[in-house]
Amino acid sequence: MNTQAALVAQGVGKRFVIKKAGRTVVALDDVSIEVKTAALTALVGPDGAGKTTLLRLAAGLMVADTGTMTVLGIDAAIDPQAIQNRISYMPQRFGLYDDLSVQENLDLYADLHAVPHDVRGKRYKRLMEMTDLGRFTSRPAGKLSGGMKQKLGLACTLVRSPELLLLDEPTVGVDPLSRRELWEILEQLVREENLSVLVSTSYMDEAARCAHVAILHDGKVLAQGTPESIRNTAEGLCFAVTPPADEAPRHLQARLLDDDKTVDAVPRGGKVHFVRTRAAVEQDDPDVANLLGTSQAEPVPPTLEDGFMLALRSKVQRDLSSVASVAMSTPTRALKADETVIEVRDLVRTFGDFTAVDRTSFSVSRGEIFGLLGPNGAGKTTTFRMLCGLLPASSGTLRVAGHDLRKARAHARQQIGYVSQKFALYGNLTVDENLKFFGGAYGLSGTHLRERMAAVKSQFELDDSGHAQAGLLPGGFKQRLAMATGLLHAPDILFLDEPTSGADPLARREFWRRITALAEAGTTIVITTHFMEEAEYCDRVVIQDAGKVLALGTPAEIRRQAGETDAQTFDMEQAFIGIVEQNRKASRGGSREAA
Amino acid sequence: MSGGFWRRLLALTRKEVKQLLRDRSNLMMGIALPAILILIFGYGLSFDVKNAPVAVVMEDHSVTANDMIAGLRLSPYLAPTVVNSMHDAERLMLDRKVDAILRLPSDFSRRLGLGDAHVQLILHGSDANTARTIEGYVQSALAQSTVLQGDRAGASPGASVGSVYLEQRLWFNEANTSTWFLVPGLIVLITTLVGAFLTALVMAREWERGTLEALFVTPVRPLEILLAKIIPYFGVGMIGLLMCLLAARFLFDVPIYGSLWLILLVSVFYLFVALGIGLLISAVTKNQFTASQLALVTSFMPALMLSGFIYDLRNMPLAVQVVGRILPATHYMEVLKSLFLAGNLWPVILKNCVILIGYAVVVLAAARLKTRKLIG
Repeated sequence: MNTQAALVAQGVGKRFVIKKAGRTVVALDDVSIEVKTAALTALVGPDGAGKTTLLRLAAGLMVADTGTMTVLGIDAAIDPQAIQNRISYMPQRFGLYDDLSVQENLDLYADLHAVPHDVRGKRYKRLMEMTDLGRFTSRPAGKLSGGMKQKLGLACTLVRSPELLLLDEPTVGVDPLSRRELWEILEQLVREENLSVLVSTSYMDEAARCAHVAILHDGKVLAQGTPESIRNTAEGLCFAVTPPADEAPRHLQARLLDDDKTVDAVPRGGKVHFVRTRAAVEQDDPDVANLLGTSQAEPVPPTLEDGFMLALRSKVQRDLSSVASVAMSTPTRALKADETVIEVRDLVRTFGDFTAVDRTSFSVSRGEIFGLLGPNGAGKTTTFRMLCGLLPASSGTLRVAGHDLRKARAHARQQIGYVSQKFALYGNLTVDENLKFFGGAYGLSGTHLRERMAAVKSQFELDDSGHAQAGLLPGGFKQRLAMATGLLHAPDILFLDEPTSGADPLARREFWRRITALAEAGTTIVITTHFMEEAEYCDRVVIQDAGKVLALGTPAEIRRQAGETDAQTFDMEQAFIGIVEQNRKASRGGSREAA
Repeated sequence: MSGGFWRRLLALTRKEVKQLLRDRSNLMMGIALPAILILIFGYGLSFDVKNAPVAVVMEDHSVTANDMIAGLRLSPYLAPTVVNSMHDAERLMLDRKVDAILRLPSDFSRRLGLGDAHVQLILHGSDANTARTIEGYVQSALAQSTVLQGDRAGASPGASVGSVYLEQRLWFNEANTSTWFLVPGLIVLITTLVGAFLTALVMAREWERGTLEALFVTPVRPLEILLAKIIPYFGVGMIGLLMCLLAARFLFDVPIYGSLWLILLVSVFYLFVALGIGLLISAVTKNQFTASQLALVTSFMPALMLSGFIYDLRNMPLAVQVVGRILPATHYMEVLKSLFLAGNLWPVILKNCVILIGYAVVVLAAARLKTRKLIG
């Protein structure tokens, strides 16, 4: 065998039988990958791609149906314990004991791995320095923030230097600042301890930092190799174009994406970044000029995501223009200029002596896409819940669709559609039954309800799945059904709480194509997201941290506030990190002066 | 076993004890709930009748009749109220102010002299158990009075000729106090609660929260994980047992005729059975809600209903009896009751101990086989 590989999977297959539905799900199908020693390998893919299954097979927690999984030269099906003695594994939920303190969690794993006591002192000191948890050693793990839990989970896997480290989506649900810190720790470990790491992620930018990348989709390897090799498949196909001053980037992006010779198009840094098919580029792409109008596209170097999209679209055929055309079935509202539909002034929400939202003010106009961004614990969920009328405000003014939420909450709710992160659907009801129920809850009945159900079903391409049980639908369908229920009563305002978490890039493009079409038809959209690049689709965003508004404006204004110049351009993630860090530094400096 | 076994077991046990002490819900269920059960079953739930209200209709106002009533008054179990007419007595009965009517007819003392006295006792039959108990008390109180009167009239022994009296004797629970047989049952319940229910819950919690997934990918062996759960909860179960024993001795004055050591020994056997059931349930369900339901239905409820704790198994339909006989709790109950109230009956002890040890071996082995380092 190859001595350079810490892990070799050969033709691995794994299927699960879902007894209730009487069908089998293929989690992995003939997957062959290699993890090199002393390097980072990324397993990229959306939810349901098979990442967790592959990691569990490697950790000896599952046995493959077909193929062989060899870890450190040991067959995982034959002697899993021998593998488990030598590797470390962090499951998605970190595996921490909430009742035990940071120190006790570390001690437990050090005892189990037989780390000698004289080595521990030095090792702990180093781990605490890296993770910045030194001040919290006596705090129960259950009382740590999400980002800190994730770092402690990592520290527990590193009480000794494992021969292979398996991390299952360590950054899911974690804000950009914490994500960046975690990756710095990983890179440092690989550099200093020659650690071999296999990490799964749904973020392309994280995969781009690894030496080797394997892209999983529907249980199959879509592409693998160095980030460069995957990126280079899109060489010469990538362009950037600046839209005219009177056009939002997302309009140009939508037009490009609807064209069947476009592989991908996303708004980025005020421009639109797009990838054309190789066939189109080789024929000098005569159609692109029509799409671009007066603007001029310039070639740009490809990113890993471009290579991924190229590979994905060669496998998955999906006509995105149909998505937009049916999206128009929601009744169009006349757009009055600058009509304010949400007005928030000096909004405060306290829980005991903790201020979750501190004097927040902003307003949203009709047809606007408004984004709420912020690190974990910033107060965006609290703000969001107050806007939907799910949580009363402690003080301040809150007007939604012309109703004072503090007085006429029921009236305001009639104008609001809400899609929660977990998609509040009844799993054992069918698609039609869910729609009927939510329609009834919004007071729709008879012919009107039937008409609206037919409209949203065609809008979200659910026509053929009316009798399917909602709980058994694939993730993307569930999201569409959740959106459909939220729009049944044709609300003025649609609230979306992290709707794209865990969705694959193509599904996210599709989602945003629908959202932009809805906004054009006059529906106001308020959305929270962890994907900073998605802020580019928003007309305006607000960035919160520690309950306070740090920045409010168009994506371009936010980037400028973060210190963007013509010489140095930022993407939204850099801008976000820049603004949050500036503010934290300033407030720390301020408190030091006060002391 | 490898050299790491003791080190890892110690680390895991230490972790388990810390979690047990910090999680208030565990302590509530392990210590506070047994204490509450002891008090409820000891004081609240009792089949005894004390100060039962009885209406006495005196149609005979002779001294003899009055003496007879005085005898009733002396009984700690009865609280007689004298009324003037049968009509009044009936009304009291209908209002459920009294549980029984005792009627002494106008010719009572005359016919008593002839040795042919009759009294009428009417019982409120809605609670058959209580009614039967009151019947017994009235009977024995009247009998005592008759004997007393016969002694007093010693000069003329013929006065009590023909009045047959019954002397009741209860074996193994001379006082006929229900606490005496409730306490052994309580021990069974509490051991089941801690052993099966609480253990199933804490183990299922580890499956559910994904902490086991992380623990599996270490040198830890499944046996060590199970032992580390058994050790602290064995301790909690023994604390519950000791609380019951102390309450039995000092709170309820239950006699312990058998050996205390034997009681402890059979309890250890049963506690292992209960722990095994708890661990087996959690390994199969891997979910707190299902595990708690299953533990309740398969161990706690049967221990309450079918072990002979409240209802005598022999009065049940055959099918239920068979189920009852299968339950380990029934065997523990049987041996505990005989140890408390009858003494060291070796055949009973040996038979039930062998059965309990057999159960312990089977369920613990099954729990070990079902706890594998596999997910899904």
